[in-house]
Amino acid sequence: MATASFADTTLSIGYLRVEQPVPPTLSNLDPIPNDNGLAGAQTGLADNLTTGKFLGHAYEMTVADVAEGEDALAAARTLLATSRYLVIDANADDLLAIADLDEAQGALLFNTSAGNLDLRDGACRANVLHTLASDAMRTDALAQVLVQKRWNDLVMIFGTHAADISYAAAMRRSLTKFGLSLEGEKEWAFDADMRRNASQEVPLFTQDFGDYDALIIADEVHDFGRYVLYNTWQARPVVGSEGLTAVGWSPVIEQWGAAQLQSRFEEEHARDMTAQDYAAWAAVRTLGEALTRTNAIDPETLRTYILSDEFELAGFKGRPLTFRDWNGQLRQPIAVAHPRALVAQAPLEGFLHQTNELDSLGLDRPESKCEAFQ
Amino acid sequence: MIRLTALLTLLSTTAVADEIWVTNEKDDTVSVISTDTLEVIKTYETGERPRGIIFSKDYSRVYICASDSNAVQVMDPNSGEILHELPSGDDPEQFVLHPNDRHLYIANEDDAITTVVDTETRKVIAQIDVGVEPEGMAVSPDGKIAITTSETTNMAHWIDTETQELFANTLVDSRPRHAEFVKEGTEMWVSSEIGGTLTVFDTATQTEKAKISFEVQGVHPDRVQPVGFEFAAGDTHAFVALGPSNHIAVVNAETYEIEDYILVGRRVWHMDFNADRSMLFTTNGVSGDVTVIDVASRKAIKSIKVGRFPWGAAFRPTGS
Repeated sequence: MATASFADTTLSIGYLRVEQPVPPTLSNLDPIPNDNGLAGAQTGLADNLTTGKFLGHAYEMTVADVAEGEDALAAARTLLATSRYLVIDANADDLLAIADLDEAQGALLFNTSAGNLDLRDGACRANVLHTLASDAMRTDALAQVLVQKRWNDLVMIFGTHAADISYAAAMRRSLTKFGLSLEGEKEWAFDADMRRNASQEVPLFTQDFGDYDALIIADEVHDFGRYVLYNTWQARPVVGSEGLTAVGWSPVIEQWGAAQLQSRFEEEHARDMTAQDYAAWAAVRTLGEALTRTNAIDPETLRTYILSDEFELAGFKGRPLTFRDWNGQLRQPIAVAHPRALVAQAPLEGFLHQTNELDSLGLDRPESKCEAFQ
Repeated sequence: MIRLTALLTLLSTTAVADEIWVTNEKDDTVSVISTDTLEVIKTYETGERPRGIIFSKDYSRVYICASDSNAVQVMDPNSGEILHELPSGDDPEQFVLHPNDRHLYIANEDDAITTVVDTETRKVIAQIDVGVEPEGMAVSPDGKIAITTSETTNMAHWIDTETQELFANTLVDSRPRHAEFVKEGTEMWVSSEIGGTLTVFDTATQTEKAKISFEVQGVHPDRVQPVGFEFAAGDTHAFVALGPSNHIAVVNAETYEIEDYILVGRRVWHMDFNADRSMLFTTNGVSGDVTVIDVASRKAIKSIKVGRFPWGAAFRPTGS
């Protein structure tokens, strides 16, 4: 009998959530789910358990929640005492502080919530892998669509939150990378309630952009962006954080067997799967796949395997997912979608690359200043 | 064009007017193609999201997995009338009919279960826990072994049909999609969509005997994704659908080498042959058509428009 009735090997995962202040937004239409990310990890854990029962492999996950103002490092230390694998939902600063703990050396951490480019660049850490797509991967994906549609002349409105500024910077980089031109930028500095007067204010606000092909919104906290659509002075498409968006995951993805993951997730959690859920799912499944194939549970062996050519994850995106061995980023196609349907999946046809077209998205090997993986 | 006309004339004078039945996943219909005229001669309505399709031994019944209706429908192929539904477990996707012509082994994609249904008593006789997202189903010619492949667990699960219990679980590459027993059941083949490979098992020992990789010129290896496959007469060659690379590979079943790639429609998925296996009909999901391949010359000779997202294909002789 190859079916083991007991587990010979148990892999322990710590799920650490460091709560971050959520900035107020004009609309309360789309609350962020309380278990954003965690729900994805739980679905990944269930998938691993089903597979593991045929191999004598078990998985357990301990969840630690750090409220605002509490000590994230202490919580991380506690988790690291029992698990060498952490799935982390934290901002970039907290993530780096955790990765630099003595207790975290030789452990393997998964970043599932910070899209910051520098975490994959100069500030990379050898013990951190990123299953969340970087901001740059998303803005590159969108830029490919802009190129394909010949929407060459662009303007941008950006918010003032750190996430907005980071996204706007990634967007500028992508526009340069793909030869597109940014003809104008404006900062969103309104403090009025746009639900009442968007139809009066936005046309005037966008009037002095002149003519352009598409308007980019950098509003990652989803504060004002939703009020810009259909209110612009020029009749032009809106892209970026609203309208046509580039995302790591979306409920509208149904191809490549994705409908199965979506329905499994919905059944378990009674809501749609978000990009952060997907990143956490991919992190837990990566560990499952590595244990399944190597029959090992030490971080050294699993890290080597995960970064090797042997590793591949079937991630419901139509292609095998692998990790970049220069910065620990999960290579993955990026969906370019509106809330009702998938429009394209990047990399788009025609965007060639000498080794893997997926590396036309985000920081490629020659661009990355990450040295920790060498 | 002249050559094509000549060939079609030849076919129409020698072949019986048999049929290929194709399920259209996003139209909730089956299209019936005449192997004589190579045209759709009938379209019947089915339950929601029809995928797997299989005929009873005497071809008097056709079983259809209506995935989103959570049922296997039993249709009279002469009238297109749904006679009754069989309990199937949730989200039936693919199935096989046991050589006893009675037991259907059904993959329940959403539930990580294989359901065994008795088509006579219309009762579920067993449910077997398998890996996440079971899909590919096969049964050995002697009826002793059934196989379920699970897409996310990446395994072939070997079921003893006597006890309805698993007796082996073998890892394959990512996202196994389809399984077939060949050479009188001595070998069992499994395709891995994301892994891009076919694994050949020795049935007696459940050990890997060979692994086959594909390479289509001008297509990135990531997009060469083997899914459905069928064997030519005498099991000499396998015809393997390579999904989004839009090709069928012809694999020599003795040497495990690839001899040809045939360009077909977009996202080629499953297939079946006509009676003497001189023609192969492939379902092309994205282009919404069926490609007819002349097996001897290994050339695509016709595309036949069917419904949206054609998925399964099954042959039916019409006799007389």
